[in-house]
Amino acid sequence: MATETARTELPADVTEHLTTEDRAGLLRAMLMMRGIEGRAMTLYRQGKVPGSFYDGFGQEAVSAGATWAMAAEDRLCILHRDLAAHVIRGVEPWRIFAQYMGRADGITRGRDGNVHFGDRTKGCVGMVSMLPDMMLIATGMAMAFKLRGEQRCAITWFGDGSTSRGDFHEAMNWAGVQKLPVIFVLENNQYAYSTPLDQQFAVNPIERAAAYGFPGVSADGNDPEAMFEVVRVARERALAGEGPTLVEAVTMRMHGHAAHDDMKYVPSEQVEEWRRKDPIDRQVKRLEALEVDTQAIRDEVKAEIEAAVERALASPMPDPDSVTDGLFADEPALLEDGNAPWSGFRSA
Amino acid sequence: MATMTYLQAISDAMREEMRADERVFLMGEDIGTFGGAFKVTDGFIDEFGATRVMDTPLAESAIVGCAIGAAVEGLRPIAEMQFSDFVSCGFDQLVNVAGKTYYRMGLSVNITVRLPSGGGFSGGPYHSQNPEAWFMHAPGLKIVAPSTAEDAKGLLIAAVRDPNPVLFMEHKHLYRRVKGDVPAGTYETPFTARVARPGEDLTVIAYGAMVHTALEATADLGSVEVLDLRSLVPLDEEAILRSVRKTSKVVIVDEANSTCAAGAQVAALIAEQAFEDLDGPVVRVATPDIPIPFSPPLEQAVLPQVDDVREAVRELLEY
Repeated sequence: MATETARTELPADVTEHLTTEDRAGLLRAMLMMRGIEGRAMTLYRQGKVPGSFYDGFGQEAVSAGATWAMAAEDRLCILHRDLAAHVIRGVEPWRIFAQYMGRADGITRGRDGNVHFGDRTKGCVGMVSMLPDMMLIATGMAMAFKLRGEQRCAITWFGDGSTSRGDFHEAMNWAGVQKLPVIFVLENNQYAYSTPLDQQFAVNPIERAAAYGFPGVSADGNDPEAMFEVVRVARERALAGEGPTLVEAVTMRMHGHAAHDDMKYVPSEQVEEWRRKDPIDRQVKRLEALEVDTQAIRDEVKAEIEAAVERALASPMPDPDSVTDGLFADEPALLEDGNAPWSGFRSA
Repeated sequence: MATMTYLQAISDAMREEMRADERVFLMGEDIGTFGGAFKVTDGFIDEFGATRVMDTPLAESAIVGCAIGAAVEGLRPIAEMQFSDFVSCGFDQLVNVAGKTYYRMGLSVNITVRLPSGGGFSGGPYHSQNPEAWFMHAPGLKIVAPSTAEDAKGLLIAAVRDPNPVLFMEHKHLYRRVKGDVPAGTYETPFTARVARPGEDLTVIAYGAMVHTALEATADLGSVEVLDLRSLVPLDEEAILRSVRKTSKVVIVDEANSTCAAGAQVAALIAEQAFEDLDGPVVRVATPDIPIPFSPPLEQAVLPQVDDVREAVRELLEY
């Protein structure tokens, strides 16, 4: 199984398309994700976050690297372990905390919880709990781009468990038949809740891509620059009219499925092994070799998060009288473009 | 104004709306080259091309899901389920994605899903169902069910223009059986009920094919009002209560299986809000809770027939 590609030491040159500023931006996005989720877990334990809490600790590189390669007019269907995607597209951290706490200023205004959100004004669609459903939404967006002859691309993330459901097949097949500009990121984090890979599939899904008529590429999901590069290439392929790519981001879910899950079913050696491949530690080493002041980035992120928490705590709870509002739309409200900080878009 | 069948009116609605709005396109199984299982899109591919009359893989979840994706990007897809029965394979996308996206994230989902539904022609358990109540129970989906050619066209155009997901229940048994005058061009029929025939002594409430069953069953039974719901979500509660308050007696007819059917919701509404206005029990005529059988005598035994409705009305009139 092509799942053990992550290395402890990272090559300095996985891509030639990132400036030092880009590479620092990737670190910043990952630090923001880890910082927001860590702080939110504290709020959860303090009883300020209702329901449960899900995070992507250890998987920050998957969404940070992939999203860095996406243009403003591209569209994203984002999974619950991919907070860095929201951060990069421009969702303000205080609104993410407000979302977690069910406040009126959360992205869903208290209508949905935790990471179940997508800011339509940033080109993002929030997930539903039936994860591979979103593969079809991304496929439909890509279909719209193709129908209108637009040079745009859609991307969606889903887990190893999602590959067992029919919508995985329906999306891969449809996108292959119509050669659509869509990137499927299989976030292989070794466990679907408690179910390990060998109980999920007999053949690694990356090998199924060939059966749908497009490439499947495995990448080090704990390296944001490797993720960026593989998605950048997939996007170029999509824009050239050559169709979809399945990207397997090989990574590890370092925390339980949700806050209640002590992850006893995971051997401690496996966690230890992956801890040495932490994506943030690795990116810090890279940037220190480039003499970037990573501590300054950490300090800045920490200050922004603390200010965000304060602002979110000041946000009111939603008005119960508003609960039936907005079931149906009176006017169309569609997706808009999001931030795309990659230097390659500025020079293009 | 031209005389059209119910089927021709549905085709006309899509043709006119596609001519008027380039965002509108069709997707479904065998709808392009073949023109659809019922020929509703016959010839469309010649006028609009294969990209706007899209033959899709045989995958209902994908048809609904890709329609949603295209819709949030600003297109207005009309997706056809080849038979409404097959929507079970697209249930999750409709109920969990289409119906909840605007409420959760303020992102509108402008899709229309056409559902050729209903029985009466030996279609058997998988080509005869009336699945509308499955979706009435799922918040965020609008559901319309025309009984006439004029309403079929106007409701379909209104559905396409509505920024929300709309399920369009088109009754297969009416396709070529029902004809009527249909205005030219484009027009919208509101998602409200229609008095199919005014009356004073009793109200029969129905929708889709059962409107015709009700009209035929009560043609010579005195002054019986027939209310055609046309829209199930939203349900025109005012029109229902207005009619019940006028006649004080109600028979509700469903072709769908009885339990939790649209008619059950209508009965609950009347019990809650018009109890004091009633001069007799609310009577329901519906298909019993069994699959729709294939063999003609078995099928006729379960689907509400003209005589079943006539008998129910007669009994209630005498109450």
